[in-house]
Amino acid sequence: MSFANADAAIRPRLAGIGGWLGGVALRLSVLAALVLAWQVVTMLVDDPVSWPTFTDVAARFWDKWATDPDAWLRSLVPSMARLLGGWLGAVAVGIVVGTLIGLSARAREYVNPIVQFLRAIPPPALLPLFIVMLGIGDTMKATMILFGVVWPILLNTVDGVSSVEPLLRETGRVYRIGFRDELLRIILPSAAPKIFAGLRVSLAIAVILMVISEMVATVNGVGFELVQAQRSFRSLDVWATIVLLGIIGYTLNSILAAVEGVVLSWHRGAMGTRS
Amino acid sequence: MTVLSARHRLIGIRAMRGLVGAAALFGLLELLTRAELVNPTYLPPASTILLTTGRILADTEFLANVGGTLLAWGIGMLIAMVIAIPIGLLLGASWRSYLAATTAIEFLRPIPSVALIPLVILLRGRGLDMKVILIVYASVWPILFNTIYGMREVDPIAKETARAFGLGRLAILWKISLRAASPFIYTGIRISAAIALILAISTELIAGGGLGIGTWMIANSETGVPRELLYAGIVVTGLLGLGINAVLVAGERRLFAWHQRVRGTS
Amino acid sequence: MTQRLLEVEHLQFRYGTSPDAPAALEDVTFGVDKGEFVSIVGPSGSGKTTLLRCIAGLQHPTRGDVRLNGEQVTDVPQELAIVFQDYGRSLFPWMKVRENVDMPLRHMGLPRAERRERIESALEEVGLTDAVEKYPWQLSGGMQQRVAIARAVAYRPQILLMDEPFASVDAQTRADLQDMALEVWQAHESTVLFVTHDIDESVYLSGRVIVLSQPPATVAAEIPVDLSRPRDQIETKASREFVEQRAEVARLIRRPSGEPRVATEAGATEVERR
Repeated sequence: MSFANADAAIRPRLAGIGGWLGGVALRLSVLAALVLAWQVVTMLVDDPVSWPTFTDVAARFWDKWATDPDAWLRSLVPSMARLLGGWLGAVAVGIVVGTLIGLSARAREYVNPIVQFLRAIPPPALLPLFIVMLGIGDTMKATMILFGVVWPILLNTVDGVSSVEPLLRETGRVYRIGFRDELLRIILPSAAPKIFAGLRVSLAIAVILMVISEMVATVNGVGFELVQAQRSFRSLDVWATIVLLGIIGYTLNSILAAVEGVVLSWHRGAMGTRS
Repeated sequence: MTVLSARHRLIGIRAMRGLVGAAALFGLLELLTRAELVNPTYLPPASTILLTTGRILADTEFLANVGGTLLAWGIGMLIAMVIAIPIGLLLGASWRSYLAATTAIEFLRPIPSVALIPLVILLRGRGLDMKVILIVYASVWPILFNTIYGMREVDPIAKETARAFGLGRLAILWKISLRAASPFIYTGIRISAAIALILAISTELIAGGGLGIGTWMIANSETGVPRELLYAGIVVTGLLGLGINAVLVAGERRLFAWHQRVRGTS
Repeated sequence: MTQRLLEVEHLQFRYGTSPDAPAALEDVTFGVDKGEFVSIVGPSGSGKTTLLRCIAGLQHPTRGDVRLNGEQVTDVPQELAIVFQDYGRSLFPWMKVRENVDMPLRHMGLPRAERRERIESALEEVGLTDAVEKYPWQLSGGMQQRVAIARAVAYRPQILLMDEPFASVDAQTRADLQDMALEVWQAHESTVLFVTHDIDESVYLSGRVIVLSQPPATVAAEIPVDLSRPRDQIETKASREFVEQRAEVARLIRRPSGEPRVATEAGATEVERR
């Protein structure tokens, strides 16, 4: 079950600028409601150390992250580099290998148990191994992210490629378009919605793994800052960094969603008529 | 020849092929390590790993740790379901609340569960509490989202028919909507189960947390300890994940055969 | 003897490999000359689609020959195009109409100008000039089928196979599409092999009707249709000759038996799309 497809199928098609503005208004009002709830609850609980108010956290976030370019260079940039390195690597591996497996039903049957087994392994479990093999540098972190994140992409690509509408492939056969074009113009575009769903899931996992990899063996990064704050009992810093991670996750997801919206604009329309 | 036996044969063939694939990989790894093409300090031979796996599965200390992980997993899943399903049912019942809820989730979901580990440690220390809280946090979202989605997928005609027969709103919610949404809720539970297990072990690896496979692995990954133990622990983790998924998939087939036939999935 | 464009000889198709596997086609033999419009009619489930797919080279018959221009058909020949019944699933949803029609042309090594010209004229012939920049899901069923036909027309095949192309549209649209098919056929002086279960349609459109028997199918009869062209939905269908020819076809289809068809077994390779 992919959230992306579910979402597209259910959300009313708000057309044009009016729809876009409506969407923005909705998001802003919900966000405001959440912030308000946060503020009110924490003020009632009145434990500023464990449960700081929104205003406290916002102020700390402002000081620590928003207005400190040095913090960006020190922490954000290395984190994002590892994240993107691992994720993009996973995208490449996942789509290529996934396509190869997806094209052959036999291959799927041979390989499926291995894949299911490997994806059930929590990536942090491999951390000790990766450290032994690759040291504690950025390569290790990117590799761990890659390994953890490749599965949704791989599986969704296999799913998408293997479930291309047979009539479309037959049409390609009728007009004798050759394998290369069949792959690039029929199979991959057809599988694209499922591949993108896999990309979205994998991006979320990538953020998690990036944080994990920086909690254990590192000298910089957002995850590192998080652990440092926890060790020095600076709970406000912990909260502020969590907010940062939330923003990072949200921003990355929005960018990917925007790309998906452009690449798959045909799909949303097609899904809308299918009811 | 009955249809049933044809299908069983197909499943048998698939299982065979899967086994062949796994065996081939096993053989390949064995070859690579024995021939020292891969450094044996990194990767002990596959046969050694297999034997070690058998050994630890009979070891009470290891099993106690497995139990620790499963305990946290089970409690976390249960709490997550108790929280997410009722809220999901209510939020999914109306179009407005659906929109508001999905938007809110859009904001809350990107916060990675692991980011909360330091926070939870500060608030509750390390231990079962911490693990359970994190598992609940991570597991709630898929169940919640799928419950809401399932509610939206309820055929309005089914609801109208019930109304025509005089059923009240609560009865419709319970008898019709819940039933219709249940396959989706189950899918959410299945997704969460996998996430919860990974999160349980990850938390143990990063922050300790009492008995658990992760803590066992940390204890056994120091220098001097034979590598096979670590790999064996990984194998067990993978098997655990596979096993839970297999059980849930089988359960899904049993419970929701009616749904799958309608939907055309298999 | 001049060679016929298409020759089908003793075509047999069995589901499965054992000798007592059920046969969709037992012994089908006929030919099509250049420029003809020939229909194939038969009762539901008589293997008409299988026959067409074997002719097109999409499926291999268990026995028998298909020859196009004297050469045996093993894979889809260059000179052949086929329009499926399920137009919705044969158009590429991520391509606009223009790109859908263009798709086969890109492989023929045609210069861009000629491709554009072919696309425009094909769309004009099917009456869809305004839909060039639309996506398939924005079009009605009838319009989608026109796009599929335009795609085949732009390809300029020697022989066009059509598998119950108008079965999934309403009667009004069907009439329009039938007339459009005739216009296209005449304009290009092409050859059309048209499969349908609709007796009226087969007689209205073609110059010859091939009637298939119940499975295991053989050619029950070949009926020349002498109605004058151009055909007209009202005039032609009211004429006495039409009524007689139609009755003859109907009689041939109804015999020998009216038994309901047995469901195909698990493991059958053919799916009759209805």
